Amino acid sequence: MFDFSTITQWVDELLRSFLPHAAATLVEFILIGLCLLVGYAVIALVLIYVERKVCAFFQCRIGPNRVGPYGTIQSVADMIKMLTKEIIDINHIDRFLFNLAPFVVIIASVLAFGCIPFAKGLHVIDFNVGIFFLIAVSSIGIVGILLAGWASNNKYSLIGAMRSGAQMISYELSIGLSILTVVVFTGSMQLSTIVEGQADGWLLFRGHIPACIAFIVYIIAGTAETNRGPFDLPEADSELTAGYHTEYSGMHFGFFYLAEYLNMFVVASVASTLFLGGWMPLHIPGWESFNQIMDYIPSIFWFFGKTAVVIFIIMWFKWTFPRLRIDQLLRLEWRYLLPINLINLFLMVIIVVFKLHF
Amino acid sequence: MNLTLFVVVLITAILLVVIAMSIARAISPRTFNKQKGEAYECGVPTRGKSWMQFKVGYYLFAILFLMFDVETVFLYPWAVTVQDAGINGLINVLFFMLILILGLAYAWKKGALEWK
Repeated sequence: MFDFSTITQWVDELLRSFLPHAAATLVEFILIGLCLLVGYAVIALVLIYVERKVCAFFQCRIGPNRVGPYGTIQSVADMIKMLTKEIIDINHIDRFLFNLAPFVVIIASVLAFGCIPFAKGLHVIDFNVGIFFLIAVSSIGIVGILLAGWASNNKYSLIGAMRSGAQMISYELSIGLSILTVVVFTGSMQLSTIVEGQADGWLLFRGHIPACIAFIVYIIAGTAETNRGPFDLPEADSELTAGYHTEYSGMHFGFFYLAEYLNMFVVASVASTLFLGGWMPLHIPGWESFNQIMDYIPSIFWFFGKTAVVIFIIMWFKWTFPRLRIDQLLRLEWRYLLPINLINLFLMVIIVVFKLHF
Repeated sequence: MNLTLFVVVLITAILLVVIAMSIARAISPRTFNKQKGEAYECGVPTRGKSWMQFKVGYYLFAILFLMFDVETVFLYPWAVTVQDAGINGLINVLFFMLILILGLAYAWKKGALEWK
């Protein structure tokens, strides 16, 4: 299988051959930053396009089809439009917090994005507490949303932010517990170790029923975490105009928009990393020739393919289920998902302690 | 190395916002209008501030969240070593979880999980 660390090592040696040590390190850091930014922007733009196309097909429309072939550069045009839109100065806001909120939201999503193992050897931050770190940074985004709603001094924003906060912290719990189930099984929090541990079978297949339940709970909680339909009541446009980013305009709004799609990508990619084996190809123990054929497909395709499937499922939810009321939403989390998760964790522990897994 | 990379990613995120905002501020048009600065609500002038007391229900859920999130955080170190800790570790953690499940049951019975 193609290993991306050969490329990174080659770049490293090349830089070190004609630059002093410190300068080479600096150039490498700049390169890492640039690659991350390009990946971030491209994934967000692609996701916006895909979202609009998928949404159109679900509603028997065509969707964007004018800008570029099949409307493929529609979202690029939208981004340029957003850059050139006026940023309106509102005179009744808390200006410092209002400007701080996009920073917090973007920092949370970029840091979470930096933790994900994209392919073999293509990994920016690889802490030994990786998945823990990922949960920690992705929950900083809630602070940004609450700040945005509070600083706007607008009733719609405040209600939207409060709903969003209540929803996100509630579902954070389910995400934490279902990931805990995975950590119990793999015995490691390092993302690269988790992926490599799934070489002879993805966790969804090896972990019996508890892993499947954890996967389903994770997908539900992840959809709620990203404020997407049917859990989109923080931005319920029929009642709250736009929720917490009502007062934001131009590129300020664009950051929230970017972060929202990136968070969806992060949730989907964590789901595929933990449960579907990340960049690991589909291996079936005993089928040697089959495994070898699967190894020919580059790991980056495996990762993005699995993530795309999960993203499609999340988009599918939006057009299948009606929007929940806030009491239904909180009841779903606290009365169903949380007890299910605790029991599920217990089952998984029994399986691991008594070595009942494959 | 990882910590340095963390700082690099953090700086990247901050630079993304700063650069995009400065480009947007540089090329976006500017017009001044008294009406523009007002709150985007109903068209009628806003009554009062929005910085006011808010429904207490959200606060209750925040407290419950705090309790269970800290529980999850405490369970993580055990989860990593669950294979080594074996049955003894399982029994120890069961007591810990039992107390928390009792807490959840208490909150449930008191009606704190009800949205009013």
